[in-house]
Amino acid sequence: MQIFPCPFCGPRNETEFHFAGELGKVRPATDEKIAAQDWATYLYAQRNDKGLVREVWIHLTCSELFVMERDSETMKVLGSRSLREDAQ
Amino acid sequence: MTRYSAFNLLREGLRGHTGWGKAWRSPAPKSSYDAVIIGAGGHGLATAYYLAKNHGLTNVAVLEKGWLGGGNTGRNTTVIRSNYFYPESAALYDLSVRLYENLSRDLNYNVMFSQRGMVVTAHSDPEMEMAARQVNAMRLNGVDAELLDRDQVRKLAPLLNFRPDMRAPIHGGVLQPRAGTGRHDAVAWGYARAADALGVDIIQNCEVQDFIMEAGRCVGVHTSQGDIRAGVVGAAVAGHSSVIAKMARYDLPITSYALQAFVSEPLKPVLDTVVLCPPFGTYVSQSDKGGLVIGGGLDRIPSYGQRGNLPVQETVLAGLVEMMPALASVKLLRHWAGIVDVTPDSSPIIGPSGVDGLYLNCGWGTGGFKAIPAGGYLFAHVLATGSHHEISRPFDRSRFVTGHLIDEGAASGIAH
Amino acid sequence: MTSHRTTRVALIDRSKPLRFSFDGKEYQGYEGDTLASALLANGVRVMGRSFKYHRPRGPWGAWVDDPNAIITVTLNGLSFPNCPATTTPLVEGMRARAVNAWPSATFDIKSGLDVFHRWLSAGFYYKTFMWPNWHLFEPMIRKMAGLGDISRDVPEGYSADQVFDHCEVLVIGGGAAGLAAARAAAEASRGVVLVEDHPVLGGGLHQMAEIEGLAPTDWIAEQVSAITSAGGRILTATTAFGVYDHGLVGLAENGPFGTAPRLHRMRADRIVLATGALDRPITFADNDRPGVIAVDGACEYLARYGVLVGSKIALVSNNSLADAAEVLLAEAGAKVLRLNPHDGPMQALGGKRIKGIAQGAKRHDVDTIIASGGMTPLVHLWRHAGGKLNWCETRQAFLPGAAPDGMVAVGAVNGAFDLDVSLSEARAAGNGKSPDLSPTSYALTPLWPDPGSKGRQWIDFQHDVTLKDVELAARENYVSVEHLKRYTTLGMASDQGKTSNMAGLAAMAAVQGRPLPEVGTTTFRPPFVPVPLEMYHGHHGKQLWHPLKRLALEPQHRAAGAALGEYGGWLRPGWYGKGEAKQLIHQEVLTARGSAGIFDASPLGTIEVMGPDAETFVNFIYYNTIRTLKPGHIRYGFMLTEGGIVLDDGVITRLDQNRFVISCSSSHVDSVRTHLEAWRQDGNNPDRIFVHDQTQHWATVTIAGPKAREILAALALDVDLSAKAFPHMTLQETHFEETPMRIARVSFTGDLSFELSVRCAKAPALWEAIVKAGQALGAAPIGIEALSILRAEKGYIMVGKDTDGETMPHDLGFGVPRLKKSAAFIGDRSLHCDKANATNRKTLVGLSVPMGAPPLATGAHLVDGTPPRSQGYVTSSYESPTLGRPVALGLVENGAARIGETVSVWHLGDIREATICAPCAFDPEGERLHA
Repeated sequence: MQIFPCPFCGPRNETEFHFAGELGKVRPATDEKIAAQDWATYLYAQRNDKGLVREVWIHLTCSELFVMERDSETMKVLGSRSLREDAQ
Repeated sequence: MTRYSAFNLLREGLRGHTGWGKAWRSPAPKSSYDAVIIGAGGHGLATAYYLAKNHGLTNVAVLEKGWLGGGNTGRNTTVIRSNYFYPESAALYDLSVRLYENLSRDLNYNVMFSQRGMVVTAHSDPEMEMAARQVNAMRLNGVDAELLDRDQVRKLAPLLNFRPDMRAPIHGGVLQPRAGTGRHDAVAWGYARAADALGVDIIQNCEVQDFIMEAGRCVGVHTSQGDIRAGVVGAAVAGHSSVIAKMARYDLPITSYALQAFVSEPLKPVLDTVVLCPPFGTYVSQSDKGGLVIGGGLDRIPSYGQRGNLPVQETVLAGLVEMMPALASVKLLRHWAGIVDVTPDSSPIIGPSGVDGLYLNCGWGTGGFKAIPAGGYLFAHVLATGSHHEISRPFDRSRFVTGHLIDEGAASGIAH
Repeated sequence: MTSHRTTRVALIDRSKPLRFSFDGKEYQGYEGDTLASALLANGVRVMGRSFKYHRPRGPWGAWVDDPNAIITVTLNGLSFPNCPATTTPLVEGMRARAVNAWPSATFDIKSGLDVFHRWLSAGFYYKTFMWPNWHLFEPMIRKMAGLGDISRDVPEGYSADQVFDHCEVLVIGGGAAGLAAARAAAEASRGVVLVEDHPVLGGGLHQMAEIEGLAPTDWIAEQVSAITSAGGRILTATTAFGVYDHGLVGLAENGPFGTAPRLHRMRADRIVLATGALDRPITFADNDRPGVIAVDGACEYLARYGVLVGSKIALVSNNSLADAAEVLLAEAGAKVLRLNPHDGPMQALGGKRIKGIAQGAKRHDVDTIIASGGMTPLVHLWRHAGGKLNWCETRQAFLPGAAPDGMVAVGAVNGAFDLDVSLSEARAAGNGKSPDLSPTSYALTPLWPDPGSKGRQWIDFQHDVTLKDVELAARENYVSVEHLKRYTTLGMASDQGKTSNMAGLAAMAAVQGRPLPEVGTTTFRPPFVPVPLEMYHGHHGKQLWHPLKRLALEPQHRAAGAALGEYGGWLRPGWYGKGEAKQLIHQEVLTARGSAGIFDASPLGTIEVMGPDAETFVNFIYYNTIRTLKPGHIRYGFMLTEGGIVLDDGVITRLDQNRFVISCSSSHVDSVRTHLEAWRQDGNNPDRIFVHDQTQHWATVTIAGPKAREILAALALDVDLSAKAFPHMTLQETHFEETPMRIARVSFTGDLSFELSVRCAKAPALWEAIVKAGQALGAAPIGIEALSILRAEKGYIMVGKDTDGETMPHDLGFGVPRLKKSAAFIGDRSLHCDKANATNRKTLVGLSVPMGAPPLATGAHLVDGTPPRSQGYVTSSYESPTLGRPVALGLVENGAARIGETVSVWHLGDIREATICAPCAFDPEGERLHA
C-alpha cells in the first residue's frame, strides 16, 4: 500500500486518494471560437511521462486538491504541495 | 521450418527431438526494410505475419527492445471474446475471434484457443435489462449471445455463489458461447515462427531510441543495433506508446496504468467457462494447466512499474472469494502486472500518427490480447496500402477531434 | 526400515504422539512434526507423483524448498488441497492423500505415462492437437493437469483477520542472523518486529552443537528474552510473503492448521533481510528419485524432528558445508559415504526407493542420496523491493547488490555462510549500519548441468523439466531466460523455481557458452510461498462489501411492511405490503394519482455551494443558465462532462444571493462532490466558493399527488401553501416542531408535489405526521417501483437508464442553452463537435404499442433494414395503471423528428411493432403539475 503525502493531512494510505489528472491542463476560454483540434488536445492529450511526473491528486478524506511529484516507473513519491503553493 | 504435426512429433520423439529447427532466426538487422514494426508483442508479430501473408510484403523487420512477446502479450489473463456493444467494436473484436478460430492451423502452432464461453453475470433487475440490451446488440451485430437466467448461469458455473447471504444475488447473465481463452505465449510464438518462415526478420534486444526524419517524414529508426531505414514504420508498443510518441513529437490521448493479474495453484478442473461478476469487478477462468487465472480493475495510478499494490490485490481476490466462496482455501501462486495504455473511450487507436510515414496500433488498454489477430490484420492493411480497412477506420485517432468516440467503457463492465 | 526416528534432542514433543493417515494407511508422529517428517520417520519414501510423467516423488527439502510432497489434507471434515507436506504441521486425526495420484502415491495408475516421456517433452502440445480441433483433446489434457481437487462446499468458519501493523525495524528471518539483528536493534531502542516462518525460531542453529558457548535452544532463548524485554515483538509461523511499494511488507501469520492466516500489512521504516539460503540440487541422471534429499534438508530433518533420512547415505556435494553435515549425520548413526561429484557422472539407482548410486564404473550401495550443488540465497523479497543482484563468482550465486531504500541483507542471504560473520553483520545492521560483503570460508567448485551428457536429468522436479528439455529449448531458439521458462515451464510450479531456477539458468548458459549471469534471472514475484485467497478476502465480504446505505426511516418502512431492496447502493422500499408485488405496485401508482403518494426521498444528494462567486461557479458547472435563478426558486438542470455527455440531472435551488443547493442522483453524490471540488480548487478561487455536502444531514419526505396540498395543510405549518404563494419550482423555509424545514415544490411524478426536508433525527416524527394526515385522505406510502412508473408516464428520465454514455442534453429535448447560453460551462465546446451535430443522434422518445399489446421488453432494440440494424433501444417500459396501457421510453436515431412513425422492435429474435411518440404520455399540458 503506497503512502501519499497530503499537504494538509500528512502521509496517508493510497486508498484515500484519487488521481485527478496531469498538472498543467489549462481550460481554454470557450467564449471565443476554438478549433476542434485544440479542444481535443485540451480534452484528451496526455504527456504520460515515464519517469518524473507532476500530477493533481485529490485527498478524498479532506477534499483538497494538491500537486504530487512522483516517478511513474519506480513509484517513488518525490513530494507534494498544495495547488496554491504550486501556482506561486 | 519443420512442420508441427503428430506424425513429426512421433518421429522426433524417437530421435531425441534433434530434428526440430529454430522457431525463429536471430538475424542481424539489415540497413533498410520496406516496413519496420516497432514492438514484437502479439500485435507487432501478427502485423508482420499478415504483411507477408496477405500483402506479399516480406522485406519486413520487427524490432523488439526485450524478448519477443515479453510485454503485455506475456502478462495478460488470456481471455478472448467479442461481447461488445457498438457495431464498430463488434466488427473489430469478432474479426479477431474468427481469426483465432483458425489460428492454430494457419500458423501451424497450437495456440489452444478454447471456446468455452464467457458469462457476464447480472445481479439486479436493472442489470438484467442492460443484459438484454447487450444481448440484443450483440446478436444484431452478428455475434453469438444468449440471455441466461439464474438457473442457466448456475449450470454453467456451479462454483458461483448462490447462497442466501450473497451480497449481490445473481439474476442471470450474458453468455457468449464462442468466447474463451488461449495460450498467450503460444500466440506470440506462433506468429513469430510463421512470420519468420515467410522471411520477416525479428530482431530482439533492439531498442528504438529515436526516429530518422527527413523533410518532416519518418524514414527509419535509430536503434541500439544501428540505424535502420524503412519505407513505412508502424509502432505497436503497448505500454510504451507515449514514449515512442515523444520521440516523433506527436501527442496521444493515453494514460498508462498497471493492470494486475493473478494465478492460483493448479487444481483439477473446477471451472469450465470464463466468468465476470461486475459488482465485484473480478473475472476468472481456469487454464489448461489447472491454475485459476484471475483479473480485475486497474491500479488507478499512472504507472510504468509493471507491478501493482495490495489494495487492488485485496479487492480483486476478495471479489473472487465472494463470487465463488468454495475457493477460499485455494492458494495464490503468483501475481504480476503489465502496462496498459488506456484511451478516453477504452477503444484502440489504429492508423496514421500524424507524422508522415509513421502509423500507430495502440491504446488497447486492458483488451489487447483478444484483439491480436485483428490488430495485426488491420494494421498490416494500413501499412501496406496507406489507408484504412473499413473495420479499422472508426478507430482512427481523428475520432477524438470529431467526437465520434466508441465508448465501450460502460458496456463491458470493468476495465476491459 | 531405511529411515527412522532417532533419540537425538529435537523440537518434537515425544510425550504427545499423534495419529494420522496417508493414502489410507495409519501412521503415528509427534507434536512438532510436519507431515513430511512424520512420514519419513515411518519409512514412507513416496509422497507424491510428478506433474507430467507421474514419476514417484519424495521430499527433496524440509521446508519451503520442496516441490514434491504435495498433499490434500482433510481434518474435521474440511479438505485443503495442495498442502506441502514439509510445511504442514502434523495434527491428530489428519487424513492425507497425495494429489494427482490414484489410488495412492505408491501405486499410481498413471505411472505408465513415464513410458511415453520421449513424446511428452517440453512444449509438445504446441506441436500437435491441432487436428481436427483442440477441443477434442482439451478435456483430457485438463484432467491430467492440475494438482489437488477442491471440495465444492464452502469451508464454513474459514475466515482471515486482516490488520495494519507498523514498526521501526522489521527483521525477516529468525535464524542466527535474524535473532542477532533483532536483539541489536531492540537494545538500541528501536521498535522491532521479528518474523520467522517456522513455528520454532533458530533456523539452522538447531544443527549445531553450540553457539557462542551455549546450546542452541539456550542461545535462542537468551536472544528472545533480550528482544522481548526491550519491547520487541516476535511472530513465529509467520511468512513475509511480499514487499510492495513504499516499504509495505505483507505478512501471513499462520494459526492452527485449517485456519486462514492473518494478514499483517506491515509498514516498516527499515527492513533487515535475514532469510537465509537453500541448497540447490545437483543435476545428474535420475536425480528425481524419492530418497534424493538436500544436504541441508537432511540435517533439518535430524535437528528439528529427530528423523534420520537414511542409514546408508551418499553425500554428494561441491561445497564445504558438507563437512558439518557429514559429522552431524554420522553422529546420529548413519553410514555416510562422501562422493565427489566431479569424479564422474552419477546416476541414482532404484525406482520408488534408492537402491544405490553409480558414479562412472563404480556402484555404491546406499539407501539415500543427499546432494548439494551450492547455496542459493533467498533474495526474493529483496527483488520485490527493487533491489539489484550481483553475481558472486566465488560463491557461484546471485547476492544482494544495490539495496532498495531502507533495506539491508545479512547472514546467509547476503552470502555469509560463516556463523561469526553472519552474527557480526547482523549486529551491525541491527544498529543501523550496512554490512559489506565479507570474505568467507565457504568454498565450492562450480557444478552445473552438463548439456549433452547422458541420462534423464531433472531440472524442475514438479513439472518434469529435464536437461534435455533445456537443450531442446535452446535448439529451437527459446533462449532468453523468460522464453526458456515459459516454453519448458521450469520454475513455474508451486515452488516457483526455488529448486529449479539456478539449474535452468546454468543449463542454458552452458548450452549457449555464455556466463551464467549473462543469461539473467527471471523476475521474483510475490507471494514468496502460496497463500490462501481467503487471506486477501478477510473482512471484505458479504454485507461489508460496499455496505448498503441505510435510511433514517428504515424502522418506519419496516413497520409499514415495506419490501426493502437495493437501489443505487441504498436499502429502500421497493413497495409496501404483503402479496403479489405487481398488484401492490399497481395500487400504489393509482393511489399516487388519485390522492397522494408518500415517498422517502432521503438518499437524494444535497450539496450546498456558497460564497461570493457561487453564482458564477454554478453557472459554469451547469449546462443550463443558473445565473438568472432568483432566490427561493428552483431549476431543473444537467451537469455535463467536458465531453458534453450528461453526467447527472437534478434540481438546483437558490437560497439567497450567494447560496445554492444542488440535488443530485443518490448514486452520484460522491462523484458530483469530487467534480465540484476539483473545479472549485483548480480553475477558480477557492476562497470565494465553498462546497458542503449535506446529504447525510437531511431526510426528505415527498408528498406527491392531487391531495398533496391538503395533506400538507393538515400539518399546520407556518407557510402559505396556495398555488399563488407557492408556485411550482419554488422553495419555502419553515419549521416543523421547532426544527428548521425546507419545503421544495418539485415533482418527479408530474402531479402537485412537495419535498419536505428536516434533519434526520426529526424524520420519524415528520413521516408519522404525514402518513397520519395522508391516511384520512386516502394517501399512502409508495416505493421506488411505483415511482419509476409514475415518472415514466411523464417522460421524466433516469440518468444511466434512459441516457447512455453518449447522451447529450439536446438529445433529451433540452437544446436551448447549447445554442443560446453565452457564458462558458463545462462541456460547452463539445456540444458543437462533429458527433454532436450529427443528424442521426439517438434522441429520447416515447414508444406506444397497439391496443391490447403487452409492454415492450426493456433492452429491446429498434431496428430497420434487412438484415436488421439497430437504431436505438427501449430504456424504460411499464404497464401504466394510470393510462391502462403500456408506456415506454427509448433512445432512437433522430427520434424527436419521427413522432408518429411506426418502428420494428427486436428482442431476442422476435419482432413487434411500436409507434414513436412524445416521451410524455400523461397530462402533457402540465395542469396537474401546476395545480
